[in-house]
Amino acid sequence: MLTFLLRRLLQACFVMIIISVISFAIQDKLGDPVQQMMGMTASSDDRQQLREALGLNDGFVSQYWRFAKGAIQGDLGTSYYFKEPALDVILSKLPATLELAFCAILLVILVATPCGVLAAINPKHILSRLLMFVSSIGLSVPIFIVAILLVYVFSIEHNVAPSFGRGDTTDVFGLWQSGIFNKDGLRHLILPSLSLAIALMPIFVRLIRAEMMEVLQSEYIRFAWSKGLSARRIYFVHALKNTMLPIITVGGIQAGTLVAYTILTETIFQWPGMGYLFMDAVSRVDTPLVAAYLMVVGGIFVVTNTLVDLIYGLVNPTVRLASHGL
Amino acid sequence: MKYPRKELIQPLSGSRWNHIVSGLIGDKLAMLALIVFVFYCLVALLAPLVAPFDMADPQFMDLMQSDIPPRWISGDERFLLGTDAQGRDLLSVILYGTRLSLTIGICAVLIQATLGICIGLMAGYFGGRIDNFLMRCADIQLSFSNMMVAIVFLAIFQSMFGMAYFQQFAMIILILVIGLTEWPLFARTIRASVLAEKQKEYVDAARIMGIGSRRVMFRHILPNTLSPILVIFTIQIANAIVAEAALSFLGLGMPATQPSLGSLISEGFAYMFSGSWWICVIPSVTLIVLIMAMNLLGDWLRDHLNPRTYKD
Amino acid sequence: MNLLSVSHLNVNFQVKKQSLAALIDVSFTLNRGERIAIVGESGAGKSVLGFSIVNLIGKPGYIASGSIKLDNKELTTMNLRQLQEVRGKRIAMIFQDPMMTLNPVLSIGHQLVEIIRSHTKITYKDAKNIAIEKLHKVQIASPETRFNQYPHELSGGMRQRVIIASVLLLNPDIIIADEPTTALDVTIQAEILQLLLAICRDHGVALILISHDLGVVSKVAERTLVMYAGQIVEEGPTLEIINDPQHPYTQGLLNALPQMTLPGHRLNQIQGSMPPLSERPSGCAFHPRCPYATEACKQQQPKFIYSGVSSVACLMIENMIDEFDRDDPVQSDNVLEGER
Repeated sequence: MLTFLLRRLLQACFVMIIISVISFAIQDKLGDPVQQMMGMTASSDDRQQLREALGLNDGFVSQYWRFAKGAIQGDLGTSYYFKEPALDVILSKLPATLELAFCAILLVILVATPCGVLAAINPKHILSRLLMFVSSIGLSVPIFIVAILLVYVFSIEHNVAPSFGRGDTTDVFGLWQSGIFNKDGLRHLILPSLSLAIALMPIFVRLIRAEMMEVLQSEYIRFAWSKGLSARRIYFVHALKNTMLPIITVGGIQAGTLVAYTILTETIFQWPGMGYLFMDAVSRVDTPLVAAYLMVVGGIFVVTNTLVDLIYGLVNPTVRLASHGL
Repeated sequence: MKYPRKELIQPLSGSRWNHIVSGLIGDKLAMLALIVFVFYCLVALLAPLVAPFDMADPQFMDLMQSDIPPRWISGDERFLLGTDAQGRDLLSVILYGTRLSLTIGICAVLIQATLGICIGLMAGYFGGRIDNFLMRCADIQLSFSNMMVAIVFLAIFQSMFGMAYFQQFAMIILILVIGLTEWPLFARTIRASVLAEKQKEYVDAARIMGIGSRRVMFRHILPNTLSPILVIFTIQIANAIVAEAALSFLGLGMPATQPSLGSLISEGFAYMFSGSWWICVIPSVTLIVLIMAMNLLGDWLRDHLNPRTYKD
Repeated sequence: MNLLSVSHLNVNFQVKKQSLAALIDVSFTLNRGERIAIVGESGAGKSVLGFSIVNLIGKPGYIASGSIKLDNKELTTMNLRQLQEVRGKRIAMIFQDPMMTLNPVLSIGHQLVEIIRSHTKITYKDAKNIAIEKLHKVQIASPETRFNQYPHELSGGMRQRVIIASVLLLNPDIIIADEPTTALDVTIQAEILQLLLAICRDHGVALILISHDLGVVSKVAERTLVMYAGQIVEEGPTLEIINDPQHPYTQGLLNALPQMTLPGHRLNQIQGSMPPLSERPSGCAFHPRCPYATEACKQQQPKFIYSGVSSVACLMIENMIDEFDRDDPVQSDNVLEGER
């Protein structure tokens, strides 16, 4: 277990260093912060002075070193546009994105698992066929079209749920601007999280069904039947636990897709989260913010991947001893 | 009775093409998907001939005629599918858009395939450290999701070269970015096939006869891994087109003057709220039908070429 | 009264709109505490028979007709809930491959306790005690540690012991063992077989042993059924069947044993192979491979008849018995001897 964690940590460090180099290179090479900060009218002397003050005339390595040192202390530079530390700007948008992602994941788990299991237990049933048909259509509809459709039906035609913004938020312990504790915030959450969930759902329904069908064919399930266990126990304890193993792995891989999808969703619904901020920062050439976003997303990545591995280890008893396998 | 699990798709040979063709004729849905795909390809190829208006014509854009609904609603004989916000004939724009989307998709997948096949062959054939390193890279690349990487790179390009310059080369940049980010899928599959093929005697025989490793790889192993490549190729074209559309939708892809299906949808979305649904919906449907056909075809190929699924 | 009686059982497999017969008119009985064996080549329908007793045939298969009675209660018409009462509690099964039979993600203890708790109302602690006691009984060292371990931490022989323990948990009346030793090492095979035999004797449990290995069968079973292509072709006391096989197929099986061949000589195989379900020959299913086959064998389905202490389904034997009844007994005995 310890070697496993150490390996993971090493890999995480490696990935973070790569991301930080990329982030730094962006910050270093992109746009001219001086022009951004002073506008077109400033004299060249003033510019030179500011360049010196910002340390923009130093060599690449020493600049990177400064960047890395700052990054470890939580200083990822100052946003040109907000004139605030980039990390603070991003972290202030983190709750919105996390709530959106969390709701979507919850929806996926709550809906995809029973659907996949149902379709696996009863593959010939008309409902399962319908489910598979819908999910194969869903697989072919890009997320932004799902979102557009939802907006059209629920927002424009029926005006059930708002199509942009986050609505009211509540302050939780002064740390977290939450939208899930009041009605307006929840109403705003419906469409974005739904479209995110719908985009991810078909993959998981199909995957759970395929894995479950394979597991149900196995000898230990037949043995479980021969022991006279109840159907519920067999499906939801014996089969589902085995089905979950590959699903967890794929779930970990999908984390990247989730981040990309949140960017799309947030852009469509103007959801004031990190993805929307990122797209804004790109169009404003606010390089410190872009770089900081990459660092934060990289960090989230590393954390989720490690978490996924840990969960996998908890579910799969064979990992505990044979940790060298990973 | 248990059978050994067959993970790999059987090698492709002359008779396998017959197998595919005869299977296609037997399966109506797959046949339909193929016809749809061929139809799209033809339309894309012949867009300049088929389209009622010429995109290059400066007269093409006429703000006086903007937002005309499709013919069955407006009764306007000139525009079958209506016009968009800039007064362009929607049918012509969609035809050209399909042409662009398909070109980008196919070219990007060609790059993916070339890169993936080379890396996969190398990893599988040489094994050991090279294999380990290449597959680690593939893992990292996969865990970052191609969309994410593409978004970041395009964002960087766009800020680096400025909007105008970027738009000029948008197509090439898109092809490169989508092409360079999804190679691991090909590489992994090829590697798995190569590892399986390597066990077989003919590879040893070829080596004993003193045939160089590159020749063994390309002339002997590669032809036998064609089935999985074909399956991935089909599905990846669909994915690449979706990726392109998504990127264009985010404003990181094709510009409005040279629209792909994605940028058409993106543009149309803004006019949804004012009631001009057709600008958004018709390109969306065009895109969905294309993707669905490709996915169906890919799924069918996989099922058809994979003996493991014969049993079900 | 018989504990278990199977009569005129037909099992079909539904494959693409045509149903193929996997079991044809199978009948046999089992008494309390009796040990019987079902032998035959792979594909003869032994396992299907074993599984159909507790209505657990794999997906395309189904019981087409016939009855299976346990203590005079019909099993074939039971619903799932009633079957769950029978499975595990009255009739328990041991599967072929212990590596595949235990659920890899659940601990041994979980899998044992779960069986007890789903059949009887009992606290976890009591159930655990029973489980550990049974683990002890199947000669597993330090059962308390094993209880918390996972299947992958145990060897194949150990797992089969755990499975036998799990079968014992509810003191069933019948154990159906489907090739319980085939997947194990030869040395362990004997141990497991001894264990199974001892347990059946001690607890008075009836055993249905499914095997292709006549050596194994001869050590354990009192009575043997020989199956070919979904039918029982011969039935009788094990010793009788081994010493005096009547059906040409049984003779072939016995001759094919390596012990029956002199060193350096070719093994005596039965010519040809078992026909697939879809290509069942007409008449006696064994006739294409039978050295004594006549024209009549191709058309006429042999009846199951008594021949001494055994019963057998073979036209040749039928004719001989007919002749025997008519003619001089000594002469026909010579014929039999000569044929063999």
